[in-house]
Amino acid sequence: MITRFRQIEMRLMGPLTMIPIVLLLVILGTIAALPVVATILSELVADFVPPPLQHLTIVALGTAGFVGILALNPIYSIWLERKVAAHVQDRLGPMRVGWHGLLQSFADGVKLMFKEDLVPRDADRVLFGAAPMLAVASAFAAFAIVPWGVREDGTVLAVANLNIGVLYFIAITSLGALSVLMAGWGSNNKYALYGGMRAAAQMVSYEIPTAILVLVVVAQVGSLSIPDIVNAQAGGILGVGDWLIFQLFPLNLIAFVLFFICGLAETNRTPFDIPEAESELVAGFHTEYSGMRFAFFFLAEYGNMLLVSMLAALLFLGGWIGPFGSNPLLFFVKGFGLVVVQMWLRWTLPRLRVDQLMGICWKYVIPISFFLLVVTTVIKGLL
Amino acid sequence: MESMGSAAIFYATAAVVLGSALYVVVGRNLVHSAFALVAAFFGVAVFYVYLGADFLAGAQVLIYVGGILTLLLFGVMLTNRIYNLNLRSGAIQVVPGALSAGLVFALLVWIIQSVDWGAMDSGDPGPTSESIGRLLVGDYLLPFEIASVLLLIALMGAAMLVRRRGSS
Repeated sequence: MITRFRQIEMRLMGPLTMIPIVLLLVILGTIAALPVVATILSELVADFVPPPLQHLTIVALGTAGFVGILALNPIYSIWLERKVAAHVQDRLGPMRVGWHGLLQSFADGVKLMFKEDLVPRDADRVLFGAAPMLAVASAFAAFAIVPWGVREDGTVLAVANLNIGVLYFIAITSLGALSVLMAGWGSNNKYALYGGMRAAAQMVSYEIPTAILVLVVVAQVGSLSIPDIVNAQAGGILGVGDWLIFQLFPLNLIAFVLFFICGLAETNRTPFDIPEAESELVAGFHTEYSGMRFAFFFLAEYGNMLLVSMLAALLFLGGWIGPFGSNPLLFFVKGFGLVVVQMWLRWTLPRLRVDQLMGICWKYVIPISFFLLVVTTVIKGLL
Repeated sequence: MESMGSAAIFYATAAVVLGSALYVVVGRNLVHSAFALVAAFFGVAVFYVYLGADFLAGAQVLIYVGGILTLLLFGVMLTNRIYNLNLRSGAIQVVPGALSAGLVFALLVWIIQSVDWGAMDSGDPGPTSESIGRLLVGDYLLPFEIASVLLLIALMGAAMLVRRRGSS
């Protein structure tokens, strides 16, 4: 009995012991990730660069910032994942390479690079090779529309400030399902194929509520552009009160939770990780992959995790708006905070069965999302 | 839009679209053909961007690549015996097919040549989503709704067809 309580306590409290390390990591991560540097540089751009080139320079800086963040993201995210897992399970996790194992992922990355690149003899070579590329390309391309702040003159700090931002996000992430299907088919391995099939079915199903929940936000703000959505959340008590999650309480809160669940499902994270359920499918769609191709899938997975977390932060949690005015750092804290929540859930919850997974999507999430869309639109129309 | 770079991208995209579309038709491996269709659809989305139709480009990728193609692949993979890498398609009736394709091509060329398209000035395209939305729920509300009802009927019909007999 006592051990049982101890287990439950550890599950709940485990991540809390991580808070100091997480904070440090967020700071390290953001500094390493360059966008803040890029922000400061972009302020200088106005002084030093002639006007015709200013826009181009800002775009170039933004791109550099996000390529940096995406290349480094899996390295510290995997370290963080292992640390969260370890603390949930009452262990220490990687401790040897660097301070608290901080450099462990670099060592693993080097190892992966030198690993032999195996291709099964009967695999479909074209699809087998293209799948990891498509996975990474779709994960990275989606980041093009993620803005991380606005300058005082109203310029949005983003690679591309698209007018149809959220639509682009939904469209590009749907490519991820194709890459999984491609990998599963190309491997010519029944576990891989089953994994790919499950993943595709899951991603296609959960795309529907994701799109509807995004529509809930779009209908309230009246714009498809992400910076507009964030700017609509400015003001309120402590700079927090007008975050969309607190508006029309509790409708948007439910929408946020559902959006996050759909995000978990679309990135194939536990409790929705049946595409790679190791106890039944070996490793699912990436069973046959090794070396850098395997690493590419990891790059894509952690990229997608960060993407859905950042999107949730932008759509519901006010993006870069907070108690201390607008600050890109705040946006990164929110984004990485939600990534930590994803990891926490992964190591706390058991995996769902296939039929349960589909049941949750079609019988609960989709009807509730439609309900939210109708109710918020009606309320918005009456106000 | 007039620059060399954008022209180069345009022709490269056109080459990709035509090449992959050709592969879809003549390729023997069904799954490869289906993935080649991805490239064709995506290239068409690029053309929409060139035409300043940003909303249409997003919808193209979302609906065709994300929805229809994934379902198509799903169908291809599930209708045959699973775990068989060699799904093949053959070429039958080459001559009538080529003939009808040629006729359609000629018809399209004739239409494109003879219609005054009222081309707009090239320039920075404005946002299109707002005007599309207004037209859809305003002037074109009835056709829009009829199309949705039609799709709903098709959906229910499909569900009806695959239902097991006897189970209610």
